[in-house]
Parts: sequence; structure tokens; C-alpha cells
Amino acid sequence: MNKKNINNIEKEMKLANEGLSEKERTLFSDARPTPVKPLNKYLEKFLNWARAESLWILAFGTGCGAVELRPLMTARFDMFRYGIAPRPTPRQASVFVIGGYASIKTIKRIVRSYEQMQGPKFVIALGSCTINGGMYYDSYYTINRIDHYIPVDIYVAGCMPRPEALIAGFDKLKKQIKAGKCDGMNIYAENFDWYKANQKKVIKDWNMPDYNW
Amino acid sequence: MEHIINRLKQKIEIESIINQRADLYFITIKEEHLELVLSYLKQQENFTHLAFLQAVDFIEDNKFQLTYMLYNYDIKVNLGIKVFIDRDKSEMVSIHKLWAHAWQYQRELKEMFGINFPGSPKVDESFVLEGWEEIPPMKREFDTLAYSEKTFYQRPGRTKNDPKKYMKEKLYKKFPQSTTVGRKDD
Amino acid sequence: MTKQSKSKYNNFKVDRSKFPEMENGKPVIDLDSHKYTKLWQGPQHPGVTGNMAIELTINGDEIVQAKTHVGYLHRGFEKLLERRKYIQGFTIVCRICVPEPDTNEYLYSAAVEELAGIEIPKKAKWIRTLNLEMSRLASFLMWLGGQAGSLGMGVIGQWTVGMRDFWLDLFEEMTGGRIYHMYMIPGGVRKDLPEGFVERAKELIVETRKLLFDIEKALFNNAIFKSRLKGLGIIPPEMVDEYGIVGANARASGKEYDVRMNNPYLKYPELDMKMITSTGGDAFARAEVRYQEIHQTLDLISQILDKLPREGEIQAKIPNVVNWKIPTGETYVKAESTRGEHGFYVVSDGTKYPRRVFNRGASYTHAISVFEKLAINRSISDTAALLVSLQTCPPEIER
Repeated sequence: MNKKNINNIEKEMKLANEGLSEKERTLFSDARPTPVKPLNKYLEKFLNWARAESLWILAFGTGCGAVELRPLMTARFDMFRYGIAPRPTPRQASVFVIGGYASIKTIKRIVRSYEQMQGPKFVIALGSCTINGGMYYDSYYTINRIDHYIPVDIYVAGCMPRPEALIAGFDKLKKQIKAGKCDGMNIYAENFDWYKANQKKVIKDWNMPDYNW
Repeated sequence: MEHIINRLKQKIEIESIINQRADLYFITIKEEHLELVLSYLKQQENFTHLAFLQAVDFIEDNKFQLTYMLYNYDIKVNLGIKVFIDRDKSEMVSIHKLWAHAWQYQRELKEMFGINFPGSPKVDESFVLEGWEEIPPMKREFDTLAYSEKTFYQRPGRTKNDPKKYMKEKLYKKFPQSTTVGRKDD
Repeated sequence: MTKQSKSKYNNFKVDRSKFPEMENGKPVIDLDSHKYTKLWQGPQHPGVTGNMAIELTINGDEIVQAKTHVGYLHRGFEKLLERRKYIQGFTIVCRICVPEPDTNEYLYSAAVEELAGIEIPKKAKWIRTLNLEMSRLASFLMWLGGQAGSLGMGVIGQWTVGMRDFWLDLFEEMTGGRIYHMYMIPGGVRKDLPEGFVERAKELIVETRKLLFDIEKALFNNAIFKSRLKGLGIIPPEMVDEYGIVGANARASGKEYDVRMNNPYLKYPELDMKMITSTGGDAFARAEVRYQEIHQTLDLISQILDKLPREGEIQAKIPNVVNWKIPTGETYVKAESTRGEHGFYVVSDGTKYPRRVFNRGASYTHAISVFEKLAINRSISDTAALLVSLQTCPPEIER
């Protein structure tokens, strides 16, 4: 995207449902995300159990960590027995595994994919590059802390984490979901302005509407 | 290889020749002879493979050094052609007509160093950087650590916590006599 | 594609003999004419090898123009390496290419040793050769799973990546890590081979050969595999030097390009191997060349295990690495990775930090120039197979 075209694009950019009739406006969402309250106690416990036992991950190899995701699907480590399956589209996934460092070009796509996932959604961050920048702490193109841009539930340490470490991370995520503590979707909705300000500070080439449903 | 260099010496003036290994030579020429030398080497002397085209920043001498690495599959010798250009007016003639993939290297150099290749196809497009507003990042005056600390948030405790002290106090408290925490054969 | 469609379900009266308009041999694309669609096979997609994007302009099902976007994995390695001393550089340089990190470690160490004038002992050279061949094998097994998976046969990927796991176990015995080893340092290798390693490796070679015979029966004699890959992405021999094509892509067109035999390094002159070429230049020839190379790699590993000396030093004497100043000079070292000629260009200026380190990735031109030329007039269902058949690796393109 040429630098001189960015300002023109911003003026022409509009929400997807601008100019539609009242009946058709509701087909495209232009509302900010709102926090969702949990249902009554026993139903929510059952739903949490169901969510924890069928975690579907988004097949997006964002960085180095993706090379240890492929052995997870083979017979030796076998993640399918835990109910974990890779899905190609964010609409059908509930866990986003961020494998390692995120460059600025990738963090824009991570934010878009994360916002397109339907809640409740969880994020697992692998490696030490997501915690404090890792060995690319002085790079001009990788971010240092990913939890300033999207909410993170579990960190798995290592470089790369072994497949067994990854399964241990999934296990901890399951326990947290069943205890009702994984609230990334609501944290994102409540602190929406703070997250968006952080993202816009880093992603200079912002040529999309604010809400990427 | 000596014959090839002698034949080349009869055409233009070579400033220096370095024989780094048995199969690697570096020669330095002036920038106006570059197109002639490259097309002669490619068509007459069978140096048909362009391995890379890269730049080195010599900020003390106010010059960029461009290196063109060619390879001959008959005598199996690498030949590096070095050209020095001025750092302030950084422009070089484009060789996209000789090799069909040279525009990729020239696009990367324009983005990373700011060296312009007038006439090269797609030279103004971005290669890896998106929304970059600073100076070309590979120049020596760009301080990457300062930029990273300014733009991205740091997690506190990176330089203050000493892992050795932490391990000694928290994890290995029952071995008070060992002064270092490490393996015996280390 | 240029005949008028005679199906009874087709209600459009369209003269397809004019699609797409050509001018000077190239299609003229008018994006306002409602004939073309822009499709973004983006970074979050199972049909690209790694994290890169392809922007396609299609007309129905046929690609008219393709453009590759890289940069999603850019970390600024070359700037980072200028800020680290020579001995600190080897810890990060293996992460430039994710499926095959050992080639980068070897090249960085070889360049630094050449500039500093260090000669490494004999046993270290044998162990380095063994390490490089094992990593080539692991990368080829992953590629084979990817090539079959891009056409829809996912079971081959399960077999080969499962077998690759056992080779990663051997790596863990030898170096301490599964994927990133950081084992070859300037001066030699870090630690010696453990006991019983040679016997375990030889057993694993027998198991891998059994698996490869199964794969040959299931994949290379498969009618669908042959009919989808034959004729896809033909590289004529004249195109090889024009576009800087290296590796198995060039060997499948008949050219004899292999760095291990043209400019031998380490202990390759003492091993017995011959160049594998094929004619045809299409994706099926490339798959066959790579399959033969897997067998060649297994042969080389068993030869190295037989010839490996049992005793010997593994590290040469290097000066105090904290204040190591290397004299001024520059060099270019090459090695053969699974994708082709991989090179490191290092310039030193007499101080503790290198002046410039450049990594010439083997698939620098394959993914961008070559793919953009070969994808024209193909169907969009073939792009994934074409990308895997050229064996591109995005992290080494943008470092």
C-alpha cells in the first residue's frame, strides 16, 4: 500500500452496512463488542465442560512454533483424542495458538482473525517471544508483549515448546475453562479502547474498519 | 580463471583483485564499467548465474559497496564484483534486462538501504515492510534498540532479575555450599 | 478454455475465444470490466507453505496474474547480527529457516572460521556432515507430507512426520534439542556423540527405508498423483539461469547443479554419490528427483556412520571469544540445503562485531519470480501443489 494513498483510503472507508435499509442493516454488525454475562450456575458449568472438551484450533502458523504443531497431529502425540482439531476458518475455531514472535505485518492479521472468531474464545501463546520479546527484543519489526494487543490466557514457555509441553498447556487451559476463569472475550470487550489504541500505535497501515466482524 | 581476468583487464581497468579461496575471487571496478562487465561476463565468459546483489554500508568513508556475485557452472568459480557508489546520491544502473530476477534484489535494496535503481520494474513496491515511516532500516545510523524501546512495550524485570540469584535462593536452597549452580562437568 | 462452452446448463452466451485479451504476449487486465475477480490466498490459509500470501487475479477458474507478498516473518536478522558479537551470533542464526536450521548454523560457522583462519579437526568435520545430512532427511520427510497433503492425500503426511519424529529423537540425543540445535559453533561442534548412537541410527535407517517403499507404492504409482502433477509448472532449461533457479527444481530440468559435487565442502569428496537429474521439468519430475534424493541421503548417512572416526578432538582452539576481533575481509560460503544453494556473505572490519551478514535463501527467487510466471493459465486448485512443488520456505526469503 503506497504511503500517499492511506489518507484517501481512510476518507473513503465506511462500514459495511452504510446506506442500507433498516431491515438490511442488521445483517452486518457495526456495534462494538459487548461483554456477555454467564448464564445460571449449573448451565454454565455444563457449557464450560462442553467447551473445554472440544477445543478447535485455528490453523494459522504465525511463526516458528507452528513447526511443532504438525507432529501433534500424528499418532505419537495425538491431539485428536483430546478433542482438539484444526480448522481452516476463524468462524469455526475457538482457540488461537500464536506460535512465537509476531511481526507488525502479522499482528494486523492476528487481530483480524481474532475478532472474527466467535466467543467464547481463548488464546494460547507459545514461546518466550510472546512473553517479553525473547531474542528479538531489539528488533524493529517484532512486538515484545502480545498481551497488550489481544488478551492471552495461557503462556507455554520454551523455544520451541515440545509437543508434550503443548499438551500440558492445553490441559491447563481445560482446567481454567472448567473453573470459569477464561474470560478473554469479555476482557477484550471491556477494554476495547485500550487495545485499539495499542494496536493503532504499532500498525501504521490501518486500512480496515475498527470492528472486523 | 587467470585467463579470464587477463582478458577482462584488456577491456577495462580493474582496481583490485582478491583471491579469497580456490573457487572465490573478488574484483573491484568503477561504477561506470559495471554494465559492460556484467554483460561481457554473462555472454562471452559463461558466468550465467547471478547468486545475489547486496550492499554494505561504509558510513565512515561515506560510500555504499555493492556486491554482485556471479557463478560459472563450467569452471565452477564464484566471482564477486564490488562497486563503490556515493552514499548521499545513492543510485545505480539497473540490470533487470540481463537477469529476469534481478528486480527482486533491487526492490529489496531500495527498501532497506534507500539505493534507487531507475527503470527497474516494481522498484517502489514494498518488499517486507508495511507502513514504515522511518529511514531505511539497514543504514548504520538507524538505531534499532532505541526504536524498539520507543514503539513497543517492554515487560519489566528483563534486566533487573538475575536468573542465577533466583535459582540459588528459590530452587536450590538446600545446597548452600555450592558457589555456582551448574553441572560438575561444565 | 477458449472454446465456447456447450453445456446445456450454461445460459451465458459468451465468446470465450477472446478471454483474456493479450497484448504483446501478455494479458491486459482491466479490473473495471467485471470479468476478473481478485482473490487473496492469504497468510491464514492451509494452502500456502508457511506464512505468506498470494494475490490472484482470476477469470472464472483460471489465473491471469499472480503476485506474492512476503514479509509476515520479517525480524530484521541482518540488523540484529550486526549488534551481536561473533560468538553470540550462532544462537540466533539457526532460526532463519524453520524446517531446516542446521544449514544456517554450519554456514555461519564456516564463514567465521574462514575469515579468522581457523582449521577444524577431522572428527568435527565428520560430525558436521552427519548433522547436515540428517537435517536434510528431516526436511525432505516434511516436504513429502506437504506435497501429498496439498493434493488431498493427508495420510502420507501422518506417516512421514511420524517417522521424522524419531529422527528428531536422535537429534535430541546428539545435540540436546529437537528443532533448534545450536550445535555447530565456530571452532567445531559442542559435544561428542553419545554411546550407542551409531547402532540406533542404523536401525532407524532400516525402518525409514521400509516406510519409503510403502510410500512409493501408495503415492508414486497413484493415478491421481500422476495426472495432477504431470504438466504442472514446467520449467524449460533456458529458464533456469534466467531466473536463478537452484536445487532440485533445476536438476529436474536436466541441469547438473549440486553444490556438494560442484564445490565440495566438509567431507563430501570422500563420500560416494552421483548427481540425480531428470528431464521434463514438471512437478512430477521434481517429486521423483527429490524422492531419489531421500534414498541418496539415507545412503550417505550409512556411509558416514561407517567411516566416522571413534576418537578425536571436536573443537579447535579459538581465542577468548568475549573479545574476539576478526581481521578485515569478506567471504561467501555455500551449502546444499533441501531447496538448493544456500549461501552466507559475511563482511568483517576488524572489530568485535561483524559489518554485514547476508543470508542468501535458496528459494528467494522460487517463490516470487518463478511462481508468478508459472501460475499463469493454471487453475486456482493447483496453486497449493505448485508452491509445494517449488519447495518454498518464506522465513529464509525475508529473514
